[in-house]
Amino acid sequence: MTPLRYARAADAQDAVLQAQAGARFLGGGTNLVDLMRETIERPEALVDVSGLANGIEESRDGGVLIGAATRNTAVAAHPVVRKRYPVLARAILSGASAQIRNMATTGGNLLQRTRCAYFYDEEGSRCNKRHPGQGCDAREGFNRNHAILGASSACVAVHPSDMAVALAALDAVVHTRTSQGERQIAVTDLHRLPGDRPDIETMLEPDELITAIALPPALPRSTYRKVRDRSSYAFALVSVAGAVQVEGGRVLDVRLALGGVAHRPWRARRAEDILRGGAADRAAFAAAADAELAEACALSDNGFKIELARRTIIAVLEELTGERP
Amino acid sequence: MSIAKDPKGLIQGAAQGLMAKAVALAPDAWVPGGVPDPLIGRQHGHVGRAVSRIDGPLKVSGTARFAAEFPMEHMVFAAILFSTIAKGRIVTLETARAQAAQGVVEVMTHRNAPRLSPPPVFMSNPKAAGGDNLPVMQDDRIHWNGQPVAVVLAETQEQANHAASLIEATYETEPAITAFDEARSHARPAEFMGEPLHDEKGKAETALSTSAVRIDATYRTPRHNHNAIELHAVTVAWQDGVLRLHDASQLVSHTAWSLGQIFGIPEDKVLVTSPYVGGGFGGKCMWQHHVLAAAAAKLCGRPVRLVLSREGVYRLVGGRSLTEQQVSLGADADGRLKALIHRGLTAKTPSNVMPEPFILASRSTYAAEAIELDVHSVELDLLANTFMRAPGESVGTFALESAMDELAEALALDPIELRIRNEPDVDPLSGLPFSSRRIVDAWRAGAEAFGWSRRSPTPGSRREGEWLVGMGCATGTYPYYRMPGGAARLTLTPRGASVGIAAHEMGMGTATAQVQVTAERLGLPIDAVDFHYGDSRLPGTVLAGGSQQTAAIGAAVIAAHRLLIKELFDIVGNDSPLAGIKPDDVACRDAGLCVRDDPERHETYASILARAGRASIEVTGEGPLPLELMHWSMHSHAAMFCEVKVNAITGEPRVTRFLGSFDCGRILNPKTAASQFRGGIIMGLGLALMEETQVDERNGRVMNPSLSEYHVPVHMDVPEIDVIWTDIPDPHTPMGARGIGEIGITGTAAAVANAIYNATGKRVRDLPITLDKLL
Ligand SMILES: Cc1cc2nc3c(=O)[nH]c(=O)nc-3n(C[C@H](O)[C@H](O)[C@H](O)COP(=O)(O)OP(=O)(O)OC[C@H]3O[C@@H](n4cnc5c(N)ncnc54)[C@H](O)[C@@H]3O)c2cc1C
Ligand code: SF4
Repeated sequence: MTPLRYARAADAQDAVLQAQAGARFLGGGTNLVDLMRETIERPEALVDVSGLANGIEESRDGGVLIGAATRNTAVAAHPVVRKRYPVLARAILSGASAQIRNMATTGGNLLQRTRCAYFYDEEGSRCNKRHPGQGCDAREGFNRNHAILGASSACVAVHPSDMAVALAALDAVVHTRTSQGERQIAVTDLHRLPGDRPDIETMLEPDELITAIALPPALPRSTYRKVRDRSSYAFALVSVAGAVQVEGGRVLDVRLALGGVAHRPWRARRAEDILRGGAADRAAFAAAADAELAEACALSDNGFKIELARRTIIAVLEELTGERP
Repeated sequence: MSIAKDPKGLIQGAAQGLMAKAVALAPDAWVPGGVPDPLIGRQHGHVGRAVSRIDGPLKVSGTARFAAEFPMEHMVFAAILFSTIAKGRIVTLETARAQAAQGVVEVMTHRNAPRLSPPPVFMSNPKAAGGDNLPVMQDDRIHWNGQPVAVVLAETQEQANHAASLIEATYETEPAITAFDEARSHARPAEFMGEPLHDEKGKAETALSTSAVRIDATYRTPRHNHNAIELHAVTVAWQDGVLRLHDASQLVSHTAWSLGQIFGIPEDKVLVTSPYVGGGFGGKCMWQHHVLAAAAAKLCGRPVRLVLSREGVYRLVGGRSLTEQQVSLGADADGRLKALIHRGLTAKTPSNVMPEPFILASRSTYAAEAIELDVHSVELDLLANTFMRAPGESVGTFALESAMDELAEALALDPIELRIRNEPDVDPLSGLPFSSRRIVDAWRAGAEAFGWSRRSPTPGSRREGEWLVGMGCATGTYPYYRMPGGAARLTLTPRGASVGIAAHEMGMGTATAQVQVTAERLGLPIDAVDFHYGDSRLPGTVLAGGSQQTAAIGAAVIAAHRLLIKELFDIVGNDSPLAGIKPDDVACRDAGLCVRDDPERHETYASILARAGRASIEVTGEGPLPLELMHWSMHSHAAMFCEVKVNAITGEPRVTRFLGSFDCGRILNPKTAASQFRGGIIMGLGLALMEETQVDERNGRVMNPSLSEYHVPVHMDVPEIDVIWTDIPDPHTPMGARGIGEIGITGTAAAVANAIYNATGKRVRDLPITLDKLL
């Protein structure tokens, strides 16, 4: 690990002021410190923001405001989250391990970086995300876990977060702050597609601090389904976050997002458009899934994800529109 | 390695052949194990009791000291830089920045490393311990992607790690063969332990072509890596001309000798100890880190601690090689095997001697009329592969036992019944009698306990919600081995006895079981017996591998015990109740000797020693050559039962129930044995469903060198596992026991695959069985 400076931020303003060039915010460190050990990240300074706004408040509009430093475990265990946003609680609990979730913060989880094996191999592999222009060893290499949607010739990596997929489906909004002031960004706009600059992963400025996540009021039913290679402690091959409102057999409103398929949590707007106002039946679900995946594109090892995503979308919609268990 | 390559080898080979025949035909009593070990007859003593592990409290309290935990004064910490090409040479190695970094004491590269001989590779000498015979940091040559090119020594581990990241290496690459398919056309006949991996009985192809029912299929298994919880580590120092190693080892004496060869010093100038090992499985033999640490300590004149990172284990310590196996079975309409053909390909490297011997199980499992077995191997420019729990049988039984399931289906016969119908009376290849073979009992007991009768023979016929449920079974098998070289020191004092042997405790319960056995043999309470092991100064050259350690120790202790009784008789004198009795007519009981047929005539060891004015007696016995292996066919077996559910939507396979029913001779300690069986089965579940080392075939680089990307089962993947056993002693082995450490992983993958077939109707012949293969 490279020698560096470390400071604890007193508050958001202080954090932003300390975050000059070369500095990184430190949440639970479960991703950043790993990447530093692998020498993929080499910050000169760490500004520890894990002690900042940490709590969950109900907002006046019937939504919820989650402080960026709130630990993943705390969010998943919160009674309001469990009751009104089961998709979020389930997504968080399906990720990582209890120990990691106890450390991980909401802000850090959103900004965790891809698990692409070539990205992790600083010494031995080429990666455009680490070194723009270097090439992408995953394209012709191991890419079973990689993207089927929105990839580019420069990068085919996926965003690994489960929580972010639920937030995308919930229309969550990220509150941020820089030395210039504050702003709000929809979670669905936060992460970029790789294009020709896969090293730029989000809309955030280098010194931009996430201070909170706002959830608007939820649709009545929501859930998260994650498909993976072992029962726990594995990243999603495909995951689906869904929320619906159904009345009289018709879909009044719906939100769908996919994980494990793209460089960002993939909000399935095409599928939503087809579903909204239509019948809540299997044929409609299948048509919606097909429309969403029409442009899906397989690499050498990940073709199965297209069918897996299709089936999982349908299963989640059936679950959410069926009898309550 | 071929014994027939030169004239001397030819003569040796012929002599061995003659000897094998002579031993096969010799009367039982002339062969070790011919006269049953008297312990077999004792039913209610220490042997067979569920004694808790004596190392348990030390481990849970953190007081058991492992290799990376021995402090040494002025010690430095090591970090390794690994190559990033598969083959070629180092052109530049910029170490100045590392050398100048804070805390750095020395940077070792091929330019300044002490001059060393190459490691003696396994089998090149009875004590050779090397995973390969490549020179260690002696020149600029690169032989695999991940080879160490520099070692940084610093005052702290963090400083060493950081400095290692500052070294810049450039290479000139040469064409390397890293893709299995490219090497295919260069496959050559393979040898294992000096013998060809090829067997023939009758004309198998002909028998196959005339069989009423035939199965022909190809099965593939990927590479696997060792992932013992304890990372490989050594703490070493040169002290007054002696190389001192605190090691995590399954072969301390081999390592001492081999390091002696490498450093050009006698083996008694190398002292290797290894009191605790956090998992071995074949991976904790001698690899480059031993040599590098010792060389670095020599170079900088200070003790060195070298702990491999998890990535380091993947780059430096070999694992299991991949296999491509073709199995053809021909049977008559009743299911009797006419032909069994099992052959295929594996890969090794130019510098090691370890083709994965996947045909071993097929040699003795079924009574086929004609048999043909063969392994060919290609050579790749990769890290040397090595032994990994049940080398051969683990992956070989996946192919053989999947094929048996396919045959049962084709015959519309119950898979257990098919196996019982093909139960051999004598060893199918050698014709030798079995020492003890009770697999049918294990099948019957297992089927009953598992509820096999509830299985529907029609695939895909049981569904619970989204889940398809199925059951499968398979035979597991592992041989009884005993390697030459076992020797044990037995010391008797008025307070009790101690055994000393250079054997190993890797967490399997060796020390505990051996204390039980020795206490029983000497008629002592358990707390009057000590067991000393894991120290190259102790007698014996004992590999903790091949599940042979218990037998090797057992035979050595039997020999020492015989000497001890003789010595006791030498001093017993005329005033003892034992006066006038012959050594053969006594038994050990109640902390002393008694006349076997008249237990009242008894004298305690303490009294015998006191009368003779002796404080102790010490003897060292050597186990006889393992001729029993040429006289009987000796194998353990297991009947494995698995229930799985497979998600009909996502294809996710999950094991819901498992039962192993074992026939492994006498079980010395049901508590430690159950853990060995379960642990093996759990590793088998990983083999079946998730383990795979991803080697990028473009450059030979391991791409998942971490436990987050290389999947092993997590708790949620492991269901309740039942283990039961016949507990029928093998009359021809020490204590009546056969090894139990490896058999659990055998048969397991096939049982899972067969259950998945029963659940879904999908036959997956390619491990691991991931959900994409079941969609
Ligand atoms: C073995 C393993 C398995 C895992 N499995 C899963 C899984 O299955 N599913 C899953 O979703 N995740 C998984 N994770 C990832 C885990 O969820 C993330 O590591 C964690 O959420 C990151 O949170 P953190 O607070 O520790 O972030 P950190 O590591 O502290 O930071 C991550 C990034 O966020 C930035 N950052 C942190 N806080 C802020 C802020 N307030 N404002 C702006 N930037 C900020 C940091 O600068 C850094 O770039 C796994 C991790 C490991 C190690
Ligand atoms: S997929 Fe993206 S992250 Fe992975 S190697 Fe290619 S560029 Fe790097």
